[in-house]
Amino acid sequence: MAETEIQTFNVNFGPQHPAAHGVLRLVLEMDGEVVERADPHIGLLHRGTEKLIEYRPYLQNIPYFDRLDYVSMMCQEHSYVLAVEKLLGITPPIRAQYIRVLFCEITRILNHLLNITTMALDIGAMTPLLWGFEQREKLMEFYEEVSGARMHANYFRFGGVNRDLPAGLEERIAAWCDQFEPFMDDLETLLTENRIFKQRTVDIGVVTPEQALAWGFSGPMLRASGIAWDLRKAQPYEVYDRMDFDIPIGRHGDCYDRYLVRMQEMRESLKIIRQCLEQMPEGPVRIPNHKVTPPSRHEMKRSMEALIHHFKLYTEGIHVPAGEVYVATENPKGEFGVYLVADGTNKPYRCKIRSPGYVHLQALEMMCKGHQLADTVAIIGSLDIVFGEIDR
Amino acid sequence: MTVETGPEVVAALEEALETIEAAIGDDLLEKSIARGELTIVVPAAHIVKVLTFLRDEPTLLFKELVDLCGVDWPEREQRFDVVYHLLSLHHNMRIRVKVRTDELTPVPSVVSVYPTAGWFEREAWDMYGILFEGHPDLRRLLTDYGFDGHPLRKDFPLTGYVELRYDEEQKRVVYEPVKLRQDFRTFDFLSPWEGMGELLPGDEKAQS
Repeated sequence: MAETEIQTFNVNFGPQHPAAHGVLRLVLEMDGEVVERADPHIGLLHRGTEKLIEYRPYLQNIPYFDRLDYVSMMCQEHSYVLAVEKLLGITPPIRAQYIRVLFCEITRILNHLLNITTMALDIGAMTPLLWGFEQREKLMEFYEEVSGARMHANYFRFGGVNRDLPAGLEERIAAWCDQFEPFMDDLETLLTENRIFKQRTVDIGVVTPEQALAWGFSGPMLRASGIAWDLRKAQPYEVYDRMDFDIPIGRHGDCYDRYLVRMQEMRESLKIIRQCLEQMPEGPVRIPNHKVTPPSRHEMKRSMEALIHHFKLYTEGIHVPAGEVYVATENPKGEFGVYLVADGTNKPYRCKIRSPGYVHLQALEMMCKGHQLADTVAIIGSLDIVFGEIDR
Repeated sequence: MTVETGPEVVAALEEALETIEAAIGDDLLEKSIARGELTIVVPAAHIVKVLTFLRDEPTLLFKELVDLCGVDWPEREQRFDVVYHLLSLHHNMRIRVKVRTDELTPVPSVVSVYPTAGWFEREAWDMYGILFEGHPDLRRLLTDYGFDGHPLRKDFPLTGYVELRYDEEQKRVVYEPVKLRQDFRTFDFLSPWEGMGELLPGDEKAQS
């Protein structure tokens, strides 16, 4: 038989593709239907956040963190706020810590609902998206009640949160929890044992524990590969050490396990939300140090000193002592870290944002090699990538 | 307790530092434990050796490279820091390793130790122009195709040099030099009342 030369060909996947979860341009080298090489081109949503942060006072940088990963907003504020608090050496009041944990877990459910349902949509299941987004809408109403914005909350502050929970919110969240559990059961009947869903995800994009560590995985991606690691347990921050919850882990490290881990994490988040609501004490939500937090409106009308504090805080901002910290929190997508270098002025000298999606997307080639083009879509879906945080 | 920095954390870090000191000896240029975080500075030429040791030493096992980034200090002779953040899942410990370099001296790439360093090093090259020797594919990552300059350097202006718009006549996107409608404003807020040194303005007249 004569020797035939097999020619690979290139496919441009994205940047405008519904299954690319944003603006991913993926240059695929295909041998027929099999992926030989995958080269993600990122940066189409690069906004220079890290550069902008160097030119803004500390307080004005919090909104940038909402806009990185625009489906897990408050979790990212959390990393930044904790980093600045560590440099300042302050600890927020206990009620504020509970509120932060409560909203971080609400955010986790927001994020996982989006990821699971859009992944299901990518591989052919339409209904989960419609159901999941109804629940997301309810959660975003809680966001709106505390911060006035459905998504870009800008709610956490150095030394606490912006304002206390409005009256009745705790009961409304508790009521939401009660109806969310049956919803989770319904959602699972659609996907978990669904034959088509399993055909598309089981044994696709397998990552061994060794590979997961070498490629720097974190969060659900690492846990799906069978490594029990969660920063909320391992390096607890805020009041996570008072919470009783479990860390779900997978066994095979494939797309299906990643889906299962995220589903179970939502149930665990629900447990944490309930515990927060039960245990949350009354009290202040900001530290009384007016060098860091603004005085109340009432005080400002009566006290000259309070007025000066307010003016200085909103024109000049906070001077943070020189030093460097790296603070990471367990975001829905993985370890979200902020490396902050302060030089003693009112602006950060350098702020490096370590986003989990960036690291996971890098491993895409390793996961896709030898799979078919359609499997690439399932793998991208299971990576849980959002380009706001990858491109920064 | 916001972020854990208890005494047992610091004790574990001191123990780790002793192990590192014993093993790499003269390569340890600087060391510190501040705010519960361990930082070491090593020579750029030996970074691969140091990171391999940190990864494989059984009492350390820093198996995960969490982050790699550049920091620019333009007033220094070796203006760039390359900062590696490592995490040990086995011992629940973090370490920060720094090396120093300038615009021309390449840093050995650590892709062979941690494959995840690939994109981080590409980003550091893109943003700061730090060269990495032995990197398999040192292309730009986040900036535009055909971008010129390294935007996170302190001497790169916040507004950049070019802006782009869609040109109706040429029917394509064109690049133009940045035109600002008003001057770029930045305030340093270093109060003269706090920042004044020993010598006040006008003192030199009294002495003459």
